[in-house]
Amino acid sequence: MENNAYENSYSSLTLVLKDDGQSVKQKAKMTKIGNIIGLVLIYIFLAAFAVLMIFPFYWMIITSLKSGLEIKKEIPTFWPQIVRWDNYSQAFARLDFLTILKNTLIVGVFSTLGTLFTTIFAAFAFARLEFKGKEAIFSILLATMMIPGEMMVVSNYVSVSLLGMTGGTNALGAYAAMILPFMISVFYIYLLRQNFKQIPNELYLAAKVDGKSDWQFLWKVMVPLAMPTLTTITILKLMGSWNAYVWPKLIVDGHKELYLVTVGLRETFSTAANIDDYGIQMAATVVVTVPLLLVFIFCRKYIMRGVSRAGIKG
Amino acid sequence: MESKNNWKAWLYLAPVIILMAVFTFYPIINTFFISFLKNYDSLTGANKGFTFDNYIDILTPFGKNQTYYNEFMLTALPNTLLLTFVTVPISIILSLIIAIGLNSIKVFKKVFQTIFFMPYVTNAIAIGMVFAVIFDTQYGVFNAIFGVKGFPWIYPNPSAAAGTGLVNYWSAFFAICFYIVWHSLPYKILIFLGGLQNIDQQYYDAAKIDGSNKIKTSLKITVPLLSPQILYIMITSFIGAFKEYNSVIGLFDPKTGGQFDKSTGMENMTTVVYFIYKRMGESKPTLGYACSGAVVLFIIIMIFTAIQFKVSKKRVHY
Repeated sequence: MENNAYENSYSSLTLVLKDDGQSVKQKAKMTKIGNIIGLVLIYIFLAAFAVLMIFPFYWMIITSLKSGLEIKKEIPTFWPQIVRWDNYSQAFARLDFLTILKNTLIVGVFSTLGTLFTTIFAAFAFARLEFKGKEAIFSILLATMMIPGEMMVVSNYVSVSLLGMTGGTNALGAYAAMILPFMISVFYIYLLRQNFKQIPNELYLAAKVDGKSDWQFLWKVMVPLAMPTLTTITILKLMGSWNAYVWPKLIVDGHKELYLVTVGLRETFSTAANIDDYGIQMAATVVVTVPLLLVFIFCRKYIMRGVSRAGIKG
Repeated sequence: MESKNNWKAWLYLAPVIILMAVFTFYPIINTFFISFLKNYDSLTGANKGFTFDNYIDILTPFGKNQTYYNEFMLTALPNTLLLTFVTVPISIILSLIIAIGLNSIKVFKKVFQTIFFMPYVTNAIAIGMVFAVIFDTQYGVFNAIFGVKGFPWIYPNPSAAAGTGLVNYWSAFFAICFYIVWHSLPYKILIFLGGLQNIDQQYYDAAKIDGSNKIKTSLKITVPLLSPQILYIMITSFIGAFKEYNSVIGLFDPKTGGQFDKSTGMENMTTVVYFIYKRMGESKPTLGYACSGAVVLFIIIMIFTAIQFKVSKKRVHY
């Protein structure tokens, strides 16, 4: 009986924190509510920005399916009333898509192959071989990344002009001018060197014992092991050719038959054109953007690897 | 063994060294050189000898040709600096907040991450053209949403009377900043998120025990521990912003860089890099100006990078 009374009084005891006069239970509840509200606010914030990020893509796609008449509507429609696939056939025709695709593929494939070769050789030398001035040369290469590309572009333009590669009349020269300067990338050398360095030295020594030469070791062991990084380089490099604008534009100088994709897009359409044109224009931007998004969706892992690696070492 | 390795190593390096000598090292020197040559003709290499005019003409009003002073010192350089100092801080702060938000959720994290990274893999010029449609004066969805029909953001209103409906410099500036920030967020978010995921959970547990609130924790723990990434992002974004070009080409008329009401600010949105490339396409022998412009850009970038490294010595915690 007495025991029971004691228990009763004990259970009615509550701990009161002095500072704000709330019980522990209340306080725990408040924190929980606070956390939930915080989380909801975070989601609202992120969702708002996500909408902002997606909106231009959404608007591009629906506008590409609208007729000029519908684009002109007082209140814009957020879904095409009559779907105009016709815009796409016109966009392909106006862009001369097969030509610009062919040019982009030629430039993209050759500059990628070139970059892969120069990068593999240089990364191998920097990661595995010993020679005088190795660190100094590597530092100089890295330092060039700080120099704005415009410094080189102006003078390279002079060089290829003097060689008669500009002006667009010399197709082979124009291709060479669009490929050669882009057959090298210091950043990719850095990326691949880091990758090569992770391959344990024991493998190298074992290969030496087996009588393998450096050359065989590079192609039989290192390159297969670094395949993911090489895939990353290939993807980013091809995307680079797809997005290239300034240099190819300077080189081909208005010769439509040599346009790359982005040059073709910008030169074919004028932004302040008549409004009826906007549907076709957006169809053309969809044509240029969708392949990139597809590559992103299917090769996300590889793209991220190349992009995020840059930031880690600070 | 060593010496054998030595010449072989140079053989492996040969392609890179040859290509870089031709397309990187020689051009750097050559650009400096041409920037001191008068009337350099890119097609023939002909010139009229040594001069300081390329610098005097673009940087000071004392040159013989005021056009280049107007284009560079009074338009391109102020535009570039304004764009840099507005877009870089805004995009860094926004991306930092978004990254911290992303790092604190679990459900839908992957979905959000994918969405926030999408603008990175797109073509700057294509999406610039999309923004031009969104900001269209008469039929743009931006004007429709905010109920300001016919407001000229980037193009004059074609249906307005002559001389009216011109583009206010600051509205064009807003539109391009909007686009640049939109386009530059993904990369920064990605880098910050990577940094956040590497921060030891212990710090946060300790802060929790000390009763520190979320905002205080972010400012006192997250930001200092993220300082290497912040420094990296600051340096790369300042360099990137000083070289702004594609966004201008995408959003405005590529040939003029837009044409705005002179009374409200600069008359177009040309940038330093725009100035350089414009000279290269010209038939007149004006390549010397492109070179002096490039050298000035190079010096500005070097100074800013040096300042940031200096400041970072005190503030970055490794």
